[in-house]
Amino acid sequence: MTRWLTQHAQAFSLALRKLAATPWNALSSIAAMGIAFSLPAGGYVLLENATALSSRIDSAPQLSLFLDPNAAKADVAQIESRLKGHPQVKSYEFVPKDKALARLKESAGVADVVESLGRNPLPDAFVVQAKSPSAEVLEGLRKEMTGWPKAEHVQLDSAWAKRLEALLRVGRIAVLVLAALLAFALVTAIFNTIRLQILTQRDEIEVAKMVGATGGFIRRPFLYYGALQGLAGGTAAWGIIAAALWVLNGALGELGRLYAISIHLAHLSPGDSLSLFGFAAWLGWLGAWMSVGRHLSQIEPQ
Amino acid sequence: MISFSQVCKRYPGGHEALKNLAFTVQDREMVIVTGHSGAGKSTLLKLIAAIERPTSGTVIVNGQNVGAMRASAIPYLRRNLGLVFQDQKLLFDRTVLDNVLLPLQVTGHDRRDAGKRARAALDKVGLLARERSKPITLSGGEQQRLCIARAIVNRPSILLADEPTASLDAAYAGEIMEIFRSFNQVGVTVLIATHDEIMVERLRPRVLHLDHGALGA
Repeated sequence: MTRWLTQHAQAFSLALRKLAATPWNALSSIAAMGIAFSLPAGGYVLLENATALSSRIDSAPQLSLFLDPNAAKADVAQIESRLKGHPQVKSYEFVPKDKALARLKESAGVADVVESLGRNPLPDAFVVQAKSPSAEVLEGLRKEMTGWPKAEHVQLDSAWAKRLEALLRVGRIAVLVLAALLAFALVTAIFNTIRLQILTQRDEIEVAKMVGATGGFIRRPFLYYGALQGLAGGTAAWGIIAAALWVLNGALGELGRLYAISIHLAHLSPGDSLSLFGFAAWLGWLGAWMSVGRHLSQIEPQ
Repeated sequence: MISFSQVCKRYPGGHEALKNLAFTVQDREMVIVTGHSGAGKSTLLKLIAAIERPTSGTVIVNGQNVGAMRASAIPYLRRNLGLVFQDQKLLFDRTVLDNVLLPLQVTGHDRRDAGKRARAALDKVGLLARERSKPITLSGGEQQRLCIARAIVNRPSILLADEPTASLDAAYAGEIMEIFRSFNQVGVTVLIATHDEIMVERLRPRVLHLDHGALGA
């Protein structure tokens, strides 16, 4: 067991020394990997923030039914009775025009405007919760309600949230495709890096095989090297995103102050950060593993 | 013990390096393989170290059939062999000591113990004072001795040497021969391929003479 640990520690420190021996090469390839990784990871960060934002907005299946401003009490009662018996309606709330105006007055900035109006321009309205969130049901309900007498306008409140969700889904797929492509590029890059290393260390490998080194002993430093480089690339990506968010949040903070709202983009969660590091290290390891499998067997003592 | 029976080795391209070779080398024996260049001396040693595989016949080393050995078992065979080959393959980017340490790192030796052993091996070949030098600063004879130190640091039971005195002047060659003799005296089986007549005269070993891949008288 200690022998096994010793050998791994040796391979690990050998890989570290190899990285340190060519710092500029190592730094430039780490930077390249970091930039490549920061694109999908950064896209993911933006999507996560957008998702968090959209989930704050109530996307419950809700419709607003606005009545004709001239509708009488009897009309309201008639519509209410229709809603009561409707199989697709979960609940509803009647918002009389006075109450709507009072609510409007409460919201900032428009009180003066409302005061200056003289008469209430708002109609009576019903806020209706449907039983099913399905777009088809909601749309059917909207059409049906539009046909009711004295119903002037029916609005599907969740429509734009749905659209945003669909957009986010497209974004997620784009990020995945980008991540897959760049992961492939990274594996290829490490594959070639390791191939060059194997070629330059040909003598060393030959001698090691001659004195009885197992395949594992020879492979290990290369695998560690690949994993370390991948990990460093992932860390660089994390840093790049952190820097970009810092700059963006500065600008967004100012924008937010102008509109008296708070906007703040969050970095990857600790769990997601660990996944990024782990995935990057795994990709590096994979590239090294493929390269080692392909090239080491060609070197044998003569 | 090393035992060849009906061993043939044909290289791709048709060259037949060894023909129907059969012989046995007992433990603790010293044997010199002679013959003109191209007679198959190097091939014979390579078959023992599983660097080449026989086309037919069996090569048994310490009770194991080397010719049919799985690739994953070969490292463990080689740890029991000390190889001093013509193309020395010293690592010129490391010190003399580090070159000798490599076989011990491969077997996962404790670092302190490995240092002691490597220095002992260097001492045996008279290079202890040069442990911090780079191999490139050593003379040809010293480089050859360094190869021997690297070959014996793992305390192998069999030492294989291919032309160990080639390109060395007589004084250096004499030193190398004495080193081999001293290993043989402490119980190491020694098998040397050479066309150096002085070596045969001086060591008076058992001689296997190869002629065009076959054993002569």
